Amino acid sequence: MAAAPDKSRKPPRSAKHPADTMDRDELLKAYTSMLLIRRFEEKAGQLYGMGLIAGFCHLYIGQEAVVVGMQHAIDTGDQVITSYRDHGHMLACGMDPKGVMAELTGRSGGYSKGKGGSMHMFSKEKGFFGGHGIVGAQVSLGTGLGFSNWYRETDRVSLTYFGEGASNQGQVYESFNLANLMKLPVVFIIENNRYAMGTSVERASASRDLSLNGVPWGMPSLSVDGMDVQAVKAAGDEAVAHCRSGKGPFLLEMKTYRYRGHSMSDPAKYRTREEVQKMRAEHDSLDAAKAKLLELGLDEAELKKIDDGLKARVQEAAEFAQSSPEPERGELYTDVLVGS
Amino acid sequence: MVDILMPALSPTMTEGKLAKWLKKPGDEIKSGDVIAEIETDKATMEIEAVDEGTMQEILVEEGTEGVAVNTIIGRMGGDEVQAPAPKAEAEAPKTEAVPAKAEEAAAEAPAKPAAKSEAPAAPAPAVEPEYGETKPTTVREALREAMSLEMRADKDVFLMGEEVAQYQGAYKISQGMLDEFGPRRVIDTPITEHGFTGMAVGAAMNGLKPIVEFMTFNFAMQAIDQIINSASKTLYMSGGQMGAQIVFRGPNGAAARVGAQHSQCYASWYAHCPGLKVVAPWSAADAKGLLRAAIRDPNPVIFLENEILYGHSSECPISDDFILPIGKAKVEREGTDVTIIAFSIMVDLALKAAETLESQGISAEVINLRTIRPLDIDTIVESVKKTSRVVSVEEGWPFAGIGSEIIATVVEHCFDWLDAPPVRVAGVDVPMPYAANLEKLALPQPGWVVDAVKKLF
Ligand SMILES: Cc1ncc(C[n+]2csc(CCOP(=O)(O)OP(=O)(O)O)c2C)c(N)n1
Ligand SMILES: [Mg+2]
Repeated sequence: MAAAPDKSRKPPRSAKHPADTMDRDELLKAYTSMLLIRRFEEKAGQLYGMGLIAGFCHLYIGQEAVVVGMQHAIDTGDQVITSYRDHGHMLACGMDPKGVMAELTGRSGGYSKGKGGSMHMFSKEKGFFGGHGIVGAQVSLGTGLGFSNWYRETDRVSLTYFGEGASNQGQVYESFNLANLMKLPVVFIIENNRYAMGTSVERASASRDLSLNGVPWGMPSLSVDGMDVQAVKAAGDEAVAHCRSGKGPFLLEMKTYRYRGHSMSDPAKYRTREEVQKMRAEHDSLDAAKAKLLELGLDEAELKKIDDGLKARVQEAAEFAQSSPEPERGELYTDVLVGS
Repeated sequence: MVDILMPALSPTMTEGKLAKWLKKPGDEIKSGDVIAEIETDKATMEIEAVDEGTMQEILVEEGTEGVAVNTIIGRMGGDEVQAPAPKAEAEAPKTEAVPAKAEEAAAEAPAKPAAKSEAPAAPAPAVEPEYGETKPTTVREALREAMSLEMRADKDVFLMGEEVAQYQGAYKISQGMLDEFGPRRVIDTPITEHGFTGMAVGAAMNGLKPIVEFMTFNFAMQAIDQIINSASKTLYMSGGQMGAQIVFRGPNGAAARVGAQHSQCYASWYAHCPGLKVVAPWSAADAKGLLRAAIRDPNPVIFLENEILYGHSSECPISDDFILPIGKAKVEREGTDVTIIAFSIMVDLALKAAETLESQGISAEVINLRTIRPLDIDTIVESVKKTSRVVSVEEGWPFAGIGSEIIATVVEHCFDWLDAPPVRVAGVDVPMPYAANLEKLALPQPGWVVDAVKKLF
């Protein structure tokens, strides 16, 4: 018998101690980004409750460390694509909270002129390729972003985010095969927040360790504490370096948690309140980052000032989102095809 | 002081029941605490505090039903941290904060005086007179009853889809069915439409009778290959040896404010294909009678429901024998001057338009297609021969739409009877926009039908 092929080996676990992957300044920056996302999402939840945001609105509260940690591992020119749970990704990409909030309220000042809504927003300038409403579809698209980098022979990478629920879709595995076959620079990021609407990962996936889902193709991977922004950054650094060097894709499973319902209209009967409270109380990424910053010598007053500033910024976005006019009637017919 | 407002908890909610207060005056509130529980027809949900502070007063007692969204239900005292700007953290009452689309939202309000938009359905003809006694039933209940009755009668029938079992259905159609039928017959699937649809078709090829629920038909696009290439063609390709007795069902068409990827009508997509039957119920009776027929039909049936109609209530026969034939349209309102042909939620529109037209001296006949394929040509032709004018109404796009088929049919069968060229009313030929004002402009309104009819005189 030949020796077991390389690809059947278990990929390395996330063993690296991430404690010092960020210095004080970088951690403060990450903390600020995470807090911006949280404040933004809290406000979005309020505006939804007031009927100013409609339809589906999926909040990212609880998962902030994932997208912020990953953003610290990439540079301008890299691409980001994700699902409908996209507000955090957009803010992390540096998109303007005003434009995002105004899209949520369906106003002309929104990133898609009000025509996309919460789930469908894009920014070419910031390398954000959406906001996609069909579960799993963005995974093939993200693979295509990686393909474009390969084709052009650049060292840019595509960060392709999807939920653990989406990870069961067939096109995810088709994409894994393509990306490994062609050695495309794609970091596949499973945001495992344990639930897909009301279905827990255990009830939806026969795979007990999602980070191993790339093993048949020999795709290297890490399982990461997605509530720890430094651990995310460390794993992101490794994955991005791997892609940039032309070795092909990398899979990251982020173990995270969403505190709020799937969307605003989620009865949340599939998990206990205690489970949610425990995650919030013991594993909150913002609490952890804050504790670390205090340890590093920042004081409460400085952090509070940052928070106040962010609240004001979010408030400004909310006001803009209410004062920005609705799109003009003629917008109904624009952008269907180029040149018409 | 911060006002606590009745929140909108779903895209279509306009009011709800304040089920329970979990904080009493004097209680301290931390961000994330549950303040109260609200019931909508879909679910019981919790309001979480975003602000910190102390509960001050309760303005709407628990147990109150029909509390409109944005009503001030209580007050809490905040600390000064709250408000960088006056409106800031307070869930400040804003008068313009009207829950998006009132007409449509009404659909979801359960106890609401029998879904307003339904009422003007005017001189309601007796529902299926031959089936005797009726009771007010929501479309949601009617669908559930149809599936339950068929599953009780036939062990080979089972239900499969995302969130159909433990969650009780994403739109609560299958509520309680897991309890009755158990996990072998009410099956939660992962989000793998292409795979589980193929699996269901395979099971049907071997004699089972699956009901596949798509959370919405938008997601059936992931599975459309198995529906068309496997389910619809196997009977033919096998020379009649095997086919697929299977129902594909779920909400189709525009919901409210969910944007382009979650709002479109697939009627013409499926109706194009031989080997499929395509059904689109409007009333509760349609839903119950036709779903039972679809489950019993030995062919693949696409069953296009409508989310906004789920909460609509209408009279439905209670008889356990009640069933409707596939392929037969229903004249919902008789008239002599023009025939308006619609299906699904567009029947509401057609009936509203007919009422307006009546006040203007035009007598409109309204046909509810019920089945799109096979099209009930006889009923259409008979009506058009009487009225000599025809308008089709659909929510989907006009190009190669159901209206095109209806009009071609009319022209082929009763051209000489026509007094005016037929007219189509359809959704605007663009992807669905999210913005409230644009969405309104994109979907047919009763006025469009009235205008279309008037062009014929
Ligand atoms: C193809 C498809 N099927 C079903 C849905 C409905 N849906 C939207 S989100 C969702 C759950 C997805 O869960 P997961 O991938 O874990 O992401 P999360 O919401 O947890 O971020 C479902 C079933 C959809 N949008 N697209
Ligand atoms: Mg998930």
